[in-house]
Amino acid sequence: MHELEMTVNGESVRASVEPRTTLADFLRDDCGLTGTHLACEHGVCGACTILVDGAAVRSCLMLAVQARGADVTTIEGLSPADGSLNVVQEAFAACHGLQCGFCTPGFVVSVTAFLDQNPSPTDDEIVEGLSGNLCRCTGYQGIVKAVRQAAQANAGNN
Amino acid sequence: MASSVEHLAAASALAPSARLVGTVVRRKEDPRLLTGRGRYVDDVRVPGTLSAHFVRSEVARGRIVGLDTTAAKAAPGVVAVLTAADVNGRLRGRMAATPLLDMVNVPERPLADGDVRFVGDPIAVVVAESRALAEDAAELIEIDIDPSPAVVDFERAAASTDILVHEGERDSNIFSSLAVPPDDELASILSSSAHVLAETYRQQRYHAVPMEPRGVLAWFDPPSGEFRVWISTQSPHDVRSVTSRITGVPETHVRVTMGDVGGGFGQKAYLLRDEQVIILVAHLLGRPVKWIEDRRENLLAASSARIERCTVTLAADDDGRLLGASIDHLDDAGAYPLSASPGTMAALYFTGPYRIPKYAFSTASAWTNTVPRAPYRGPWQIETFAREQAMDALARRIGVDPLELRRRNVIDRGELPYVMPTGMSLVHVSPSETLEQAAELIGYDAFRAEQAAALAEGRLLGIGISLYIEPQANFGVYSAEPAHIRVQTNGCVDVYLGSGSHGQGLETTTAQLVADHLGVAIDDVAVHQGDTAQTPYAFGTGGSRSGPILGAAIRHAALELHEKAVAIAAGMLEAAPADIEIIDSVASVRGTPSRSVTLTQIAHTAYFAPEQLPPGAEPGLEVISRVPVTDPLYSNACHICTVEVDRHTGEVRILRYVVSEDCGVMINPAIVEGQIDGGVVQGIGGALLEEFVYDEAGNPLTTTFLDYLLPTAADVPMIEHGHIETPASSPGHYKGVGEGGAIGAPPAVANAVNDALAQIGARVDRFPMSPPRVLEAIDRARPTQ
Repeated sequence: MHELEMTVNGESVRASVEPRTTLADFLRDDCGLTGTHLACEHGVCGACTILVDGAAVRSCLMLAVQARGADVTTIEGLSPADGSLNVVQEAFAACHGLQCGFCTPGFVVSVTAFLDQNPSPTDDEIVEGLSGNLCRCTGYQGIVKAVRQAAQANAGNN
Repeated sequence: MASSVEHLAAASALAPSARLVGTVVRRKEDPRLLTGRGRYVDDVRVPGTLSAHFVRSEVARGRIVGLDTTAAKAAPGVVAVLTAADVNGRLRGRMAATPLLDMVNVPERPLADGDVRFVGDPIAVVVAESRALAEDAAELIEIDIDPSPAVVDFERAAASTDILVHEGERDSNIFSSLAVPPDDELASILSSSAHVLAETYRQQRYHAVPMEPRGVLAWFDPPSGEFRVWISTQSPHDVRSVTSRITGVPETHVRVTMGDVGGGFGQKAYLLRDEQVIILVAHLLGRPVKWIEDRRENLLAASSARIERCTVTLAADDDGRLLGASIDHLDDAGAYPLSASPGTMAALYFTGPYRIPKYAFSTASAWTNTVPRAPYRGPWQIETFAREQAMDALARRIGVDPLELRRRNVIDRGELPYVMPTGMSLVHVSPSETLEQAAELIGYDAFRAEQAAALAEGRLLGIGISLYIEPQANFGVYSAEPAHIRVQTNGCVDVYLGSGSHGQGLETTTAQLVADHLGVAIDDVAVHQGDTAQTPYAFGTGGSRSGPILGAAIRHAALELHEKAVAIAAGMLEAAPADIEIIDSVASVRGTPSRSVTLTQIAHTAYFAPEQLPPGAEPGLEVISRVPVTDPLYSNACHICTVEVDRHTGEVRILRYVVSEDCGVMINPAIVEGQIDGGVVQGIGGALLEEFVYDEAGNPLTTTFLDYLLPTAADVPMIEHGHIETPASSPGHYKGVGEGGAIGAPPAVANAVNDALAQIGARVDRFPMSPPRVLEAIDRARPTQ
């Protein structure tokens, strides 16, 4: 077992984990943060996407011990403490950007990181930016619209 | 541009009392799902839960000659290693879903016993203190299988008895069959008409692929005799019935709970074999056992669909008017199907939106040594896949435009009710209107000019049409759904449904219906489903039935409750019931808003002061309704898309995609369009990307998302919508819209690709239409120098 310490959603976490424990399993099972979903466990679908030191990472492909000392943000840590939605979540709700919701946390986290890097993307850039996450329900229609809306809302806020 | 959701939000003159029905209301589900607070089956935590892991066959067919679990049983953290010898004898009843119990020809066995019949066939279950420990121990199981030749090709399986999938149990590989052969008149039409087209269409094997794989947490508690099951399903009540039937635990002691479900698309409609094994194992062990399927298992062992062959014969006169048709259909049932062949539905509805006076069919379903078939969104869609491609082929044969050929044969509104040659009566449909609307939206004639100009530059553009009628399953248990509505003592409204929403947004559309028809604020309505201890019996969510059939029940229950509340309010206000209106939970005398009582006061009277109720009124304020919807129920649509085929790379790019849909009165247009969009993109996946591939020995080759290609955002255009609203005869006039997108899209894309390729004399007839196949078709067509 390996001792580790990291920051998860702003709180310091200390734990003892097996070296083979993935970061996704650590967050779900040890931290109780079940908003991070596992849909392929081989790094293709993006459902388990989280932020590690601000960058979007597939938590099924990273070991918990590799995140030692990192600042981790999951879907649970993205929205304001008062339970309201952030700009990206608000846009997904407004644009019918989700149906079953299973892929949604990964999309919301990925889009948050994407818009941080590229605050005013073109449509082609949006589609390219989303192409690393799989959704089986929406046909991506509402998701593309949500990214456009979130980018506009961010621009309006700045 | 397409008529938009905003335009429709103002519509729905068909529901005069409506304020929310017909409008885009934000989903009640979304806040929890967007913040990571959904509760899917793997999020359920029960102390002491063990993890189960399946050990599966790695060969398609063979005898199990050695099975040694000794080392695995001794491995760290292992609680049990179970095989057929431990589990199968505990089976107390049929594994088939309750509505399908009359389907007798189904081989049912929990774990492989003595032999294996497909790669993925479960042989053993390891139960351990963690998933990792269970997987570690599974490595220690020694299995010796003496392989024998497998039958992987369903056409070969049907044609020969050399290799029997269920050897010793069945004397052929034919699971089911049905035929109505041509009479003399049709035989003559099919042989001697001016134009006769006979073509064979084949679909590839592709899967439902919900983003959340299957999963179940089952806990039989011996002291109490209670069986709890948490599961990712579309049909919690049938999971309860099957759990009772296979374990012998009385149904009264079984409680099934589904929380949020990450997609199903039919795969989770009926309780499949692996989940039933876990339930049997939990019953045996008396401890909570959880199994969460991984993606590899979901692809190789959950369920397949679409692998079918359909030979179509169409006969037309000189002008291209259809005179008769026949189909010969065969599908692949896999090794252990627990549901019926889609062939019967496909055969019954083949003639679809066209005037075809004479028709005959044959259909059969064959077992193979492959993953079992289960329903997948529009399970019978081979009829549209084959018919719409055949219409384009006939148009090319005759030398008319495919749009013109459809115009000559499409059923007009004035001909309704139109009795199809199979005897079914088409009512309340608008195939002609959707065809014209879609053609206008895409700018059909302008595209033909653009296509010609592009060809002059050496570029290949194409346009494809797909027109279909989508029947909603409304027979037997599928024809009625329950809705239980209770106004609580504080005026809030609880709605209990037996459904199993898994992305359809039923919490939202239900609340819209209740808010409008009861007269309450939508935020006061809470919708509960998925817990069999709380909700009335229903088969569940599937078959595009929630809109028309569940919607009718919700509406009816809300209206009945409204009537009760009005009667009580009338007594309290000393007014005639006819003069009472309820708006936003306040009942007042029409024209005198100061004379009013709140729904809370009404509820208070109903529960706490029944002696003050008007004569004949029963205490309490709740209603449960089941409204049988047995009239024919059809939605219909036309899809038209345009593509560019790259003649150098074989890549197909979809340029535009238009859907004109008629699903009757729309409850929430955003959800309607969302259902269509999701289906269309699944259909695009089927046309261009998705295939579950076996080699000749039955080894699966596409068991990751690197090999099994799902559409991404980069593969699809923004879909444009048009709507026609032809009300159904059912209460509320709603029709189903869950499956149509996946039915219409594959032939629309295929027709567009072949329209582009026809300009250079090429045609692709294998699916998916991947770049190598497109290039091969182009090469084949290239004249030899």
